[in-house]
Amino acid sequence: MDGVLHQVFSGIASGGIYASIALALVMIFTATHHVNFAQGEMAMFSTYIALTLIQAGVPYWIAFFATVIFAMVVGVIVQKVLMEPLMNAPVLASVGVFIGLLFIFNSTAGWIFTYTLKPFPSPFGEGGPLFGGFFSRHELGSTAITLVVLLSVWAFFRFTRLGLAMRAAAYNPSSSRLSGVPVATMLALGWGLASGIGAIAGMMVAPIVFLDPNMMAGVLLYAFAGALLGGITNPLGAVVGGFIVGVIENLGGAYVVGTELKLSMALIIIVVVLTLKPAGLFGKVLSSRV
Amino acid sequence: MASDTKSGPALLEVKGLRAGYGETWALHGIDFRVDSGGVTALLGANGAGKTTTLRAISGMVKTDGEISFLGTSLRGMKTEKIAAAGVAHVPDGRGTFMELSVEENMKLGAYTRRGDMSGEFERMFAYFPKLKQRFRQQAGLLSGGEQQMLAIARALLLKPKLLLLDEPSFGLAPLIVREIFDIMREIKDKEGVGILVVEQNASLALDISERAYLLETGRIVMSGASAEIAKDEGLRRSYLGY
Repeated sequence: MDGVLHQVFSGIASGGIYASIALALVMIFTATHHVNFAQGEMAMFSTYIALTLIQAGVPYWIAFFATVIFAMVVGVIVQKVLMEPLMNAPVLASVGVFIGLLFIFNSTAGWIFTYTLKPFPSPFGEGGPLFGGFFSRHELGSTAITLVVLLSVWAFFRFTRLGLAMRAAAYNPSSSRLSGVPVATMLALGWGLASGIGAIAGMMVAPIVFLDPNMMAGVLLYAFAGALLGGITNPLGAVVGGFIVGVIENLGGAYVVGTELKLSMALIIIVVVLTLKPAGLFGKVLSSRV
Repeated sequence: MASDTKSGPALLEVKGLRAGYGETWALHGIDFRVDSGGVTALLGANGAGKTTTLRAISGMVKTDGEISFLGTSLRGMKTEKIAAAGVAHVPDGRGTFMELSVEENMKLGAYTRRGDMSGEFERMFAYFPKLKQRFRQQAGLLSGGEQQMLAIARALLLKPKLLLLDEPSFGLAPLIVREIFDIMREIKDKEGVGILVVEQNASLALDISERAYLLETGRIVMSGASAEIAKDEGLRRSYLGY
């Protein structure tokens, strides 16, 4: 029984990371109606920036915040330079850009930082397991960070004027402009925020899986499965979906398919959700009257 | 018929306005003006260019010619800047933020203004008591009439000097239309804004407005005092069909 509990808690820890990336995916999806396949690679690239700073002697938390800011700037630039001109382009053009970005970030990281696995420090120390062995220090710390990030993002969108304007710009750009909301700026900020959230997820997962240019490939798949499971149109659903996928992954890996085949469970979840309930568990089909 | 002899600076002065989409023009050089504190109606059949005229003022389509608002040109300005300058636009289809609550819709209406808006919200509830009952609900669940009220409230919350209304009667039951036009009369008296209203329902629009322009395939074919146009049976029959 203790073993099962340990797997569940472990799953919650990695689920938090999937939830963060899933939230980033949903944010971009709401604004563009496309899934940003490069979300994971952008996070991975930012994590290398963090590692470079830390190796240069910058204290962890300063490196952490500098990396988040770097990631946000990259997100804004990607939106301004690549996505804004493609605003009215056909779907395939955007998909092409996302895939192109994926390869560009992946290869650039490999080129600059090499493809060898690198250890990434945890700010929470290497100390032994806590709470009767259910949580490692890093799992506990990273889950706490993830929860703080998710709550802050929720509060930002729910309670601030800027957050409301960003949601409005994503939902109804033309009406937003008529209300005086600078839509282009809001969409760029959305990309910045999503990219910053991704960078935090990258820095939290790197101590567990080690840093290499392909680090986020699996994470992105789990996150995508989580977003679909919870409902790609519903941020809260995607977050819950991310946590569920984390737990399923860990339990399945330990007791059903074995660790080698864990990733295939993400694909199974994706296929099952798309076949049986394409809107996801919480993706409400929006009702409106005319 | 009265001609354009009214003097004094106009709130909105449009001269030789062409506007259109892609390669084609939908408006072929029209002139009109809107004065402060009054209602001007833009009449015409489907496809005459009424909606395009409003979109041209708000910078949503490609334009050519002069659009002067309080003496400054709006041409080339971004839509959000035009809104911030004091032009509120209730678009066709009402532009409701369906996914957001009524409260959030109203907050977005007041986006360009700072400070506590609760007093302003109360002022809107005085016009539209239904919005108060629906305040916490998702706006997509409102009826068409309620969405129209919300759209007008959103526009007024911008504290505009010029209010553009695109077919406020569209798709609504006659009783609701009357209710909305009654409120518009009240707004006209109390808010001191200049209103440019586009309508297919000519009798309603002539009734509420002081001046009217009739558009036909992108050109103004007739203009004058609304009361005179409404009186002239021949004009009404040949142009307005009622």
